[in-house]
Amino acid sequence: MELALFLIFGLLAVAAALNLLLQRHPINSALSLVVVMMSLAVLYWSLGAEFLAAAQVIVYSGAIMVLFVFVIMLLNAGEEERTTGSRIAYIAGFPGAAAIFCLLTFVFLTERQALGGVGIGGYLDTATNNIAAISTVLFTKLLLPFEVTSVLILVAILGAVVLARKEQ
Amino acid sequence: MVPIAYYLILAAILFSVGVGAFLIKRNVITIFMSIELMLNAVNLTFVAFAHMWHQLNGQIFVFFVMVVAAAEAAVGLAIIIAIFRTRETLNVDQINLMQS
Repeated sequence: MELALFLIFGLLAVAAALNLLLQRHPINSALSLVVVMMSLAVLYWSLGAEFLAAAQVIVYSGAIMVLFVFVIMLLNAGEEERTTGSRIAYIAGFPGAAAIFCLLTFVFLTERQALGGVGIGGYLDTATNNIAAISTVLFTKLLLPFEVTSVLILVAILGAVVLARKEQ
Repeated sequence: MVPIAYYLILAAILFSVGVGAFLIKRNVITIFMSIELMLNAVNLTFVAFAHMWHQLNGQIFVFFVMVVAAAEAAVGLAIIIAIFRTRETLNVDQINLMQS
């Protein structure tokens, strides 16, 4: 049952990521990225992180992807032309990515027993506990970093306004 | 019972696809989206390890990554708009002002 849930949404995420890679039009890539993020939200929930699942839907597939789609439509981005790409990418990039993937998969599969498993169930009862526990840590131990992020967001907003403004 | 290793392997797949998209794509916006895909893959790893250790630190890390990603997306897209305004293109092959 849990494995079925994981397989459905994991395969959906991988298929959408491959679709992002293969689509030529940016808007199709953006919509496949939304699918990846929604399936990741389900996987977060299955890992017992309800707050992050909600935040993933609201922040990532809500705010950030809307911003992306908005910019794509604003700039009227058409289909990208396919060029050869740089030689370094083919010599070092793709073998490097494949090597990272193979190494990580090998390590995770050999350490499979030590890593343990995930059982689903009883999370809805502890959903409030998850949020309460996160907020307790966030507002006591990590209060300063939390406040600093608000300054970071403010600076980012100002930077975005200054950069996107029409030059006089 | 799903092994945590499967979640981590899924994150590795998504990260590798993100790296591949970053290298193949020629549109600035799509390249930026593949960076977001890589960030999401790393977030999944954080959450999986947080579940494995029964600790909240990983989840809080993901929270901060989300905040920084939101700020980064706003600034990055503003830069893309500024580039498009001056160069009239989104193709990275033609954005080579610093090369010459």
